[in-house]
Amino acid sequence: MVAFILRRLIQSLFVMFFVALVSFSMFRFVGDPVNQMVGIETSIAEREALRERLGLNDPFMVQFGRYIGKAATGEFGISYQHKRPVAEMLVERMPATLELALVSAVFSLLLGVPMGVYAGLNRDGFISKVLLSVSLVGISLPTFLIGILLIFFFSVQLNLLPSFGRGGLIDIGLWKTGLLTIDGWKSLIMPSITLGLFQLTLIMRLVRSEMLEVLRTDYIKFARARGLTNRAVHFGHALKNTLVPVITITGLQLGSIIAFAIITETVFQWPGMGQMFLQAVTTVDIPIMAAYLMLIAFFFVVINLIVDLLYYVVDPRLRVDTGKASGHG
Amino acid sequence: MRKTLLAAAAAAAVLGAFGASSADAKTFKWAFQGDAQSLDPYSLSETFTLSLQGNIYEGLIRMDPDLQIEPSLAESWEIVEPTRWRFKLRQGVKFHNGNDFNADDVLFSAERVRKDGSDLKGRLAGVVDVLKVDDYTVDFVTEVPVPTLVNEWGTWYIMDKEWSEANGAEDPTDVTAGKENFSTRNANGTGPFMIQSRETDVKTVLVPYEGWWDAANKEHNLTEVIFTPIGSDSTRVAALLSGEIDMMYPVPVQDMNRLENDPNTEVLGGPELRTIFLGMDQERDELLHSSVKGKNPFKDVRVREAFYRAIDVELIQKKVMRGLSTPSALMISPLLFKYSDEFKRLEPDAKLAKELLAEAGYPDGFEITLDCPNNRYVNDEAICQAVVAMLARIGVKVNLLAQPKAQYFAKILAPKRDTSFYLLGWTPSSFDSWNVMFNIIGTPDLESGRGKFNNGGYSNARFDELTDLVLSETDQDKRNEYIREAYQILHDERGYIPLHQQALAWGKRSNISLVQRADNQFMLNYVKVD
Repeated sequence: MVAFILRRLIQSLFVMFFVALVSFSMFRFVGDPVNQMVGIETSIAEREALRERLGLNDPFMVQFGRYIGKAATGEFGISYQHKRPVAEMLVERMPATLELALVSAVFSLLLGVPMGVYAGLNRDGFISKVLLSVSLVGISLPTFLIGILLIFFFSVQLNLLPSFGRGGLIDIGLWKTGLLTIDGWKSLIMPSITLGLFQLTLIMRLVRSEMLEVLRTDYIKFARARGLTNRAVHFGHALKNTLVPVITITGLQLGSIIAFAIITETVFQWPGMGQMFLQAVTTVDIPIMAAYLMLIAFFFVVINLIVDLLYYVVDPRLRVDTGKASGHG
Repeated sequence: MRKTLLAAAAAAAVLGAFGASSADAKTFKWAFQGDAQSLDPYSLSETFTLSLQGNIYEGLIRMDPDLQIEPSLAESWEIVEPTRWRFKLRQGVKFHNGNDFNADDVLFSAERVRKDGSDLKGRLAGVVDVLKVDDYTVDFVTEVPVPTLVNEWGTWYIMDKEWSEANGAEDPTDVTAGKENFSTRNANGTGPFMIQSRETDVKTVLVPYEGWWDAANKEHNLTEVIFTPIGSDSTRVAALLSGEIDMMYPVPVQDMNRLENDPNTEVLGGPELRTIFLGMDQERDELLHSSVKGKNPFKDVRVREAFYRAIDVELIQKKVMRGLSTPSALMISPLLFKYSDEFKRLEPDAKLAKELLAEAGYPDGFEITLDCPNNRYVNDEAICQAVVAMLARIGVKVNLLAQPKAQYFAKILAPKRDTSFYLLGWTPSSFDSWNVMFNIIGTPDLESGRGKFNNGGYSNARFDELTDLVLSETDQDKRNEYIREAYQILHDERGYIPLHQQALAWGKRSNISLVQRADNQFMLNYVKVD
């Protein structure tokens, strides 16, 4: 088990290396950082000198090699725009993104699974039909539009929720949390709905179809024949067996929630990493872009790892298999 | 509104005795589309960065609401010789940390602003020596007479020598140094406001500085200022409408009506100093991006005039800018040039334009690419689309290449200058014609920096000569004559196609009063909350 985890973590280094390679090869096409760093009075010669000092004139492989070399020692450079260490800035911004991602993931799970179960059990019911058609909205509306509509209703019209930012932050060491104050939660509501709506829809539809599938199987019929209560059949037998794909999808989606919080964060001026990344793109702040992309790659690897480990917990068959396999070895 | 009042009343009731003093608390919350890059006053010469810093730091001079120069840290100054300016410094001024302001701080700031890594070296261009006469007198010696020496000093902020040295901030922020400079996130100025806390791109809190030397004449009634950058246009508008913020800018053109129709919000509009214009490559023998091969049609003044006349700026003003622009015949704001009334735009005339093209040998027009930014100026891409349609009427097929500013500037600016036809905007930071003449219109020359932003390579020897005369002429009338002659040359040669001055658009709650300056600097000192 430990070997397995270690192996995966080492793999993650390779993934990050390749992400860095690919992103670095694309940075040349995003524009010239120097023109974003100086004012209009700076002469062409000074611009050229700055470009030289930043090493932007070096061949691609040299730039990339230098970056990887420094990154390996935990040195991610100084932001061109903010003139501050990138690692420090990412650490500052991470709590905002992670809290938003977690809350919206929990939101989509807590609502999505029961809705899916319900729609699966009462497939022809009126409410199920309503849920399904409403969920179409979640899939088809673009995130930024949902965000703006929410702002329009709840901030501008009703004046209930704040339209931007994270309210009521409390410091716990390095981590600034908004989860401990009412203000903080109020600011979280709209962004997490915006971010989680798509996932909610996805999970609901997935659970529903899985439930329909499982309810047709023999062991459910057998369970009913044993005279078990509906409750035991539905939740003890059926739901548990639908969970493996749900966990996979949720896990992978958590990665995308973190990565694609970019749009939500921008709409709500949520001070997370995604918003910082988007700003960095517009100003060609290469150190931030590179570090962010590598970090996201790392998240994906770790989340995948956790998902794989969860399989063991949920599905006893896997545990038996590996037991046998290691027995042979 | 009523709800807020009730809530406020309830809060006041709850607070009871404790709340008595907080009734006077005037917190002002505002937003801009981005954040100042740094608090280091020499790290970036960019309007917003300098504008925010200008509430904390002060220069020897300052600009009043009408952009007239007035004394600030310098009480008075005189030109003792044509090349020697003597400044009497204000006594009794203290920095936010309590340090005294004196001649050493001016000398230190003069040295720091000219060091490598500073983006404001040009503020002291032409100054060869800065001498301390006594603790409150400083001489600036220039190589040649520089009549506009102090014009840009409203944004050359004076730093505290002792504070900078104690915190290792003697040098301007250098991004290649590999470490953060103390002055990036900390500030110690003499201005009306102090930094209380700052999280870059998230939130900056300022409080009034009680010991400000000009506190007796302060115009604001604030006790706290909270600044938040809000990048998304619609969110910024929503935050103002919902009353979460008291003021924000810029207001997106499409949301003007909404803010104006809401009883609680207002839009403040005014002319900005920025001129938007079209430039044409007149230097290369063959255009890089055109169907015409072997020659450059823009070398022919008739083609340039045809382009000029094909574009109906008033239509752009009406349809694209919704009235928020002033058509312009000059490359500088009419506010900044005395004889601007004498210059009139060429009348738009598609028929005449077509004839001119035919005369020049292009009866069927030709094809050309127009480079355009899409996130730099107000409605920049829409302006370009209108230009495309207008030129189509005279048979010129324009391919529009609209890009974000990061890619756009990398393509069209020197050294690449990879463009045949482009849209650009310019604000002379010195509020003076010489800046425009030298940077935008002068013949490009790497050595001296002349024509740094003359991407089309327009060139006229007499114009360059006049530029140099304007630089050192101290007699205002003569100087204006030179400028007039220069602009006439440019106009007759149709070297550029000026389009318009874009307008400022700030949004605010009705209970806020403030001053809008045409250089788009927002001064908290003039903000009142009722």
